[in-house]
Amino acid sequence: MSQKVEKDRTGTIIREEDSSEKMTVEVNEVKTTGDFDAPVYIYYNWCKKCGICVAFCPTKCLARKADGSPYVKYPEKCIHCETCDRLCPDFAITGAKDKKGGAYGPK
Amino acid sequence: MGKVSQRVVHDFLRHDKKFPHVWCSGCSNGTILGTIIRAIAEQNLDRNNITMVSGIGCSSRMPVYIDLNTLHSLHGRAIAFATGIKTFKPDMKVIVVTGDGDSTAIGGNHLIHAARRNIDMTVIVVNNNIYGMTGGQYSPTTPDDAKATTSPYGNFDRQFDICDLVIGAGATYVARSSAFHTMELQKMIVDAMNHKGFSIIDVISACPVIYGRMNKKGGPPEMMQAMRDNTVLNTATAKLPPEKLEGKTIRGVFKNVQCPEYCEQYAKVVEKIKETSDE
Ligand SMILES: Cc1ncc(C[n+]2csc(CCOP(=O)(O)OP(=O)(O)O)c2C)c(N)n1
Ligand code: SF4
Ligand code: SF4
Ligand code: SF4
Repeated sequence: MSQKVEKDRTGTIIREEDSSEKMTVEVNEVKTTGDFDAPVYIYYNWCKKCGICVAFCPTKCLARKADGSPYVKYPEKCIHCETCDRLCPDFAITGAKDKKGGAYGPK
Repeated sequence: MGKVSQRVVHDFLRHDKKFPHVWCSGCSNGTILGTIIRAIAEQNLDRNNITMVSGIGCSSRMPVYIDLNTLHSLHGRAIAFATGIKTFKPDMKVIVVTGDGDSTAIGGNHLIHAARRNIDMTVIVVNNNIYGMTGGQYSPTTPDDAKATTSPYGNFDRQFDICDLVIGAGATYVARSSAFHTMELQKMIVDAMNHKGFSIIDVISACPVIYGRMNKKGGPPEMMQAMRDNTVLNTATAKLPPEKLEGKTIRGVFKNVQCPEYCEQYAKVVEKIKETSDE
């Protein structure tokens, strides 16, 4: 919760930031079953509930909650095509697999 | 085409800026920024060697979020600033992100003359058919009969076709894609960045909150769907019957030729003057 304040020569604050706003991610951990190994991660505090990922997921493994935000309804259906990654305007979802084929998530 | 994961995209964002970003829910600006980042990441370029320049507008806020050399300049003047950077640092890769109003209304003169000079830069026009940031006035690309705050009874100004405009002005790489066709757009951005000369991509984009709402285009998914359904690739048009092309916007690369580039010509003149003054 540190505050970063930048001042110019006259002491006027030119930039003030609260680092608690930074890249904090809340992850929707999907309980996996069987041979399914890579959940879809949704960064809920970046998502603006536009519905694009749900509408264009080719396997329809995503669905919308009552408030409009997406959740992974059928994790085993995900084919890691990254359509949701590419179309999301808020960089808030990823169905990508990492190089080893394992789960991809925040660092 | 290299797949670039969301984690790499996150690495390109400025972590000291506030996220989620300012754009409205479902606005194509974010999708297009993601695609630009993927195109840059795919090429493994030195980030210090790329500058992104923009004017003013919703789309012109992209340089705020991307961690490159960036310049968020004046409304309509992005290409003028970019010309300055390119002539001073000819090795710099310069990308201009500009709105339809920014590039064709107030900045129309800069656009056509940069195209005429064939100065080496990549212009990405985020074409949402409206002035988004200032509340929805019509722009030179607002379609016939479309509603805007300044055309409540429907717009009757004729529309610019940005691709035709810049082809006429002499641009050497001209293409059109949409925010929905991210793979195609990514490839076009890579090609445009590697093209020596003035390259421009007209990107059909959605402003669901103002343009979409005023013209009853549905929500963000419906507007994305329209980009998919109402556009045709130029390589496919020959095979389609004319009735299937009615009302469709044509995507694709319309021009890709090599012509002498402005900075190179300039350097040649400098060399020539140096030689003659030595004598
Ligand atoms: C010289 C000048 N004139 C007018 C404005 C007001 N203004 C700011 S953004 C804008 C229009 C932006 O529309 P566009 O370029 O289409 O971008 P969008 O917001 O749609 O992405 C205008 C007229 C300004 N900032 N500066
Ligand atoms: S990666 Fe593809 S299949 Fe998996 S959730 Fe995203 S869009 Fe759906
Ligand atoms: S596309 Fe992105 S912002 Fe839109 S609902 Fe899906 S995760 Fe949220
Ligand atoms: S006003 Fe339109 S263009 Fe601007 S951020 Fe909102 S949806 Fe996007």
